[in-house]
Amino acid sequence: MIIRTRKPSDVPSSEITPEDVYVNRRRFIRDAAVGTAALAFAPNVLDASESDPRQQVPARFQNMKSELDEDLNPYEHITEYNNFYEFGAQKEDPARNAGDFRPRPWTVRIEGHVNKPGDYQLEDFIGPSNMEDRVYRMRCVEAWSVVVPWRGFPLSDVINRAEPTGDAKYIEFKTVVRPSEMPGQRTRMLDWPYVEGLRMDEAMNPLTLMTTGVYGMDLPNQNGAPLRLIMPWKYGFKGIKSIVSMNFVEEMPRNTWWVQNRREYGFYANVNPEVDHPRWTQARERRLGELRRRRTLMFNGYTEQVESMYAGMDLTRWI
Amino acid sequence: MDQKKAIFRLKLVLWVSALAPVAWLGAAFYFDTYAANSVQRVSLGANPIEKLTHVTGMTTLVLLLITLSVTPIRRLSGWNRVIKLRRPLGLFAFFYAFLHFSIWSGLDQTFVWGWMVEDVIERPYITVGFAAFVILIPLALTSTTGWIHRLGTRWNVLHRGIYVTATLGVIHFYWLVKADVRLPLFLIGCLVVLFAYRIQSSWKKRRKVSPKRDIQPANP
Repeated sequence: MIIRTRKPSDVPSSEITPEDVYVNRRRFIRDAAVGTAALAFAPNVLDASESDPRQQVPARFQNMKSELDEDLNPYEHITEYNNFYEFGAQKEDPARNAGDFRPRPWTVRIEGHVNKPGDYQLEDFIGPSNMEDRVYRMRCVEAWSVVVPWRGFPLSDVINRAEPTGDAKYIEFKTVVRPSEMPGQRTRMLDWPYVEGLRMDEAMNPLTLMTTGVYGMDLPNQNGAPLRLIMPWKYGFKGIKSIVSMNFVEEMPRNTWWVQNRREYGFYANVNPEVDHPRWTQARERRLGELRRRRTLMFNGYTEQVESMYAGMDLTRWI
Repeated sequence: MDQKKAIFRLKLVLWVSALAPVAWLGAAFYFDTYAANSVQRVSLGANPIEKLTHVTGMTTLVLLLITLSVTPIRRLSGWNRVIKLRRPLGLFAFFYAFLHFSIWSGLDQTFVWGWMVEDVIERPYITVGFAAFVILIPLALTSTTGWIHRLGTRWNVLHRGIYVTATLGVIHFYWLVKADVRLPLFLIGCLVVLFAYRIQSSWKKRRKVSPKRDIQPANP
């Protein structure tokens, strides 16, 4: 396999103007001008269905269910109720404050114990063939949950390309730091950059999804555009967003919430209804859109796929 | 006469602004239920029960702090009639505390007593929040003029309970926040200022009542 590591002078394909736009550039300018004028006189066209992603959800999602026959949560639950402290600590803050964030072009630095370190462009990972939709439950450590049709590719694809050496025991991930575009990073409520980590076998697990989209469309900024992790058997905070760095290391990474409060947040953060968070129960959860709380499932219902990785570990100690 | 008018106006402002949060919640609930998908900014969002809980809880704390600032405002401004606002303020604080408690027990815990008891016993932030609410109940019940007369000086002692409720209330808020503690710390700061004023003024009073011998000599 050929790995192209890019020089800073290389133009990423996301910045290249598509040919048809170039050929019809005069019409493009005219349309833009007309469109702007129309917007000025009729501001409510912004609410028309064309620009509202809720109206663009592809039809194939209409009757989609999870493997446990659960309904999907609607697009607005997933994109308007977020924990992404880089954009503010309230649930509505990310959707409100993420508008200035520019998710493209995007570079991910891969370093540490690998044979193929380098700066990879987002486009290096996203091929036409490896993208898939996956319906996963997401359980937040705050005892709410959603069912989401993510879009992405297995993290193992990236790992295999990087060729880790025998010394790589964990991967440490980092979120981008851009205080000018991320108002939450102008405060000190957390240690920036946000750091998360996975043990190598967790990272290679087929469930672990490098996620680039939701409901068949690109991730909105508030959901961690353009690249985030999803491990459905772990609490949501493990799913680090807007990833710019993957470091293959020997030692267990010190993840952000563990640093913040190690009594309450561990490294593993596997969903476990039998081990309560010190401040609330983890035995139950509220599925967004439902009134009565449901029982939380061990490993969030993915026991079969992940249990063997934790055989012999005391899960009350390794929270 | 003008003073009475001013109090009346202030009471009007108080009623309108104290009812605003519950009116907003009601409107948001209405739009979510009957006018969903229309272009709306007034909404309870993806987790309506959490929103209802947070708004009523926050309003309770703010009203408690305003109630506690009536006496300092009265002393500092010398405007005695402002005391007339204290009872409605306190009762509105209780009203929101009651809503907050009802939303938690009815909507959040769906009246499952086992869950509620477990939460009150095992989760410190719920323990203090529950205690703060319970202490407020007798205060609300004895807020009528009849009870004030019947209890005499004991009424004053009983109603010092609001200090306990306010303290437990801000702790309740501080303990449930995960990382961004700026707002709870601000409320704690406000409460500390209000307490400091009271401590300082009672200290002054005591000095007036029992003057020590080290009083300054008269003009030489």
